Amino acid sequence: MTPEEQALIDIAGAVRAKAAEWLARRESEEWDDATKANFDAWLAQSFAHRVAFLRVENAWAQTHRLSVLRKPFAPATPPAKRPWRGPARIAAVVAIAVGLGAVAMLYPIKSQDQVFRTPLGGRETITLNDGSTIELNTDTVLRARITSDSRQLWLDKGEAFFKVQHDARHPFEVMAGDHRITDIGTQFTVRRDGERLKVSLLEGSVRFDAPAQSGTKPVYLKRGDELVASAEKISVRTLSAVQTSRELGWRRGMLFFDNTPLADAAAEFKRYNAKKIVVADASAGRRIIGANFATNNIELFARMARAVLGLHVQEGADAIVISTTARHAKDQGR
Amino acid sequence: MTDKAEINAESAGSPRLGEEMNATELDLWFVREVLPLEATLLQYLHHHWRDQSEVADLCQDVYVRVYERAREELPDPVRPFVFAVARNLLIDRLRHEQVIPIEAVSDVDALGVAMDEPGPDRTVAARDALRRVMDALERLPPRSRDVVVARQLDGLSRRQIAERMGISEETVKWHLATGMNALADLFYGGSGEPRRRK
Repeated sequence: MTPEEQALIDIAGAVRAKAAEWLARRESEEWDDATKANFDAWLAQSFAHRVAFLRVENAWAQTHRLSVLRKPFAPATPPAKRPWRGPARIAAVVAIAVGLGAVAMLYPIKSQDQVFRTPLGGRETITLNDGSTIELNTDTVLRARITSDSRQLWLDKGEAFFKVQHDARHPFEVMAGDHRITDIGTQFTVRRDGERLKVSLLEGSVRFDAPAQSGTKPVYLKRGDELVASAEKISVRTLSAVQTSRELGWRRGMLFFDNTPLADAAAEFKRYNAKKIVVADASAGRRIIGANFATNNIELFARMARAVLGLHVQEGADAIVISTTARHAKDQGR
Repeated sequence: MTDKAEINAESAGSPRLGEEMNATELDLWFVREVLPLEATLLQYLHHHWRDQSEVADLCQDVYVRVYERAREELPDPVRPFVFAVARNLLIDRLRHEQVIPIEAVSDVDALGVAMDEPGPDRTVAARDALRRVMDALERLPPRSRDVVVARQLDGLSRRQIAERMGISEETVKWHLATGMNALADLFYGGSGEPRRRK
């Protein structure tokens, strides 16, 4: 074939289609030595081929950006050691010495509750005198009462991660509603959603006490355990390290979803954002997603729903309505 | 802060460019510097060429000429160079057609304007890559999109995709190739429908 003939065949559409076909073969695991040799020959045939392949391959490589959104989260170095991005506030230090031995006793001891709050979408880290740290998630109220004998905290609402300096003589207790969680050297999370309480163990162990009148025995939780207590029952399951890390994604301002129904994901976003995501019909709500997002990036979430799941997305001033079809969105009203 | 997920995606979405083709400096330069100009280049070609069905051809020809000339020395700055190549190509084509329509000639004379505008292409390309990928994905034909998503996001093999969608593996490959081709047009060409040859 002369170069002129080749040039006639090299109309852009045909060359680009051919380039895409090679790429599709590569992506279809149809790539043995013989194919590779043919491909190399084709590539070497003209610059038109090379240029077309570069173009389609690079566009395809761009879609990897999407796959990153769905890549499983790998637990990295202990998150607590990570420097916080943005306004990292090491907040109020709770007075009164614990663990400093006799010297501490010289201080006048006064029981005093301190209250810590975070707004919707907020996050804050508190460091106690004993070196324990508490990270508050969005929309959370925590009260602390530290005395010479005990360290008591009340999670009135929201979610907090506790990294406790264990001290058997000064038990560290977290009260959530009528339940009590007692530290036995540990890192753990407590989350309250109304009546529902969730305790997750990252390290060590805790003792969980249901209200005395429930007649339930104390439950000892160890690393990886997740306890869910509702008004009716208490259940415990063991999570993998990856799952546990995902649940703690909020400590880095991230939400991780894996095999999560869209409706549940929307509910998670609601905890962090004033703007609501409304899933208009049950069918859309059952769609499964796997992705990670910044807790405040509902716009990206909506785009994923449209681009990846092919759902109808209607953006308003104070809500984003996601539905299977436009008709569902109308039925839903707003 | 707002776009943390995107930032992650930006930094981690490393293209596996040239995995199978021993990409050279020139290839990387081409991808980095020239391809992002495509949307502007297409506008330019659309504007200055009567037969719109030929625009994709012209664009590809511009690429080939740019690539060929850049072998000697990488042009800097890139943008005026690419548009000068485009301009010369249009003039060559007009000469070749022999019958030179008057309005076409005047158009070519006016080409200088578009060449010198400092385009936003590069920054836009870098910052909004994820958005543009999503836009492109949204506009793919549904079957192709399903295959692309299954392959690239769910990481399914061709066989698994075939089983899931109830189609043959050959059809999967066809949808994949079609999807890839359209993605390139949408991603680089920017807004508008994927251009198809008549």
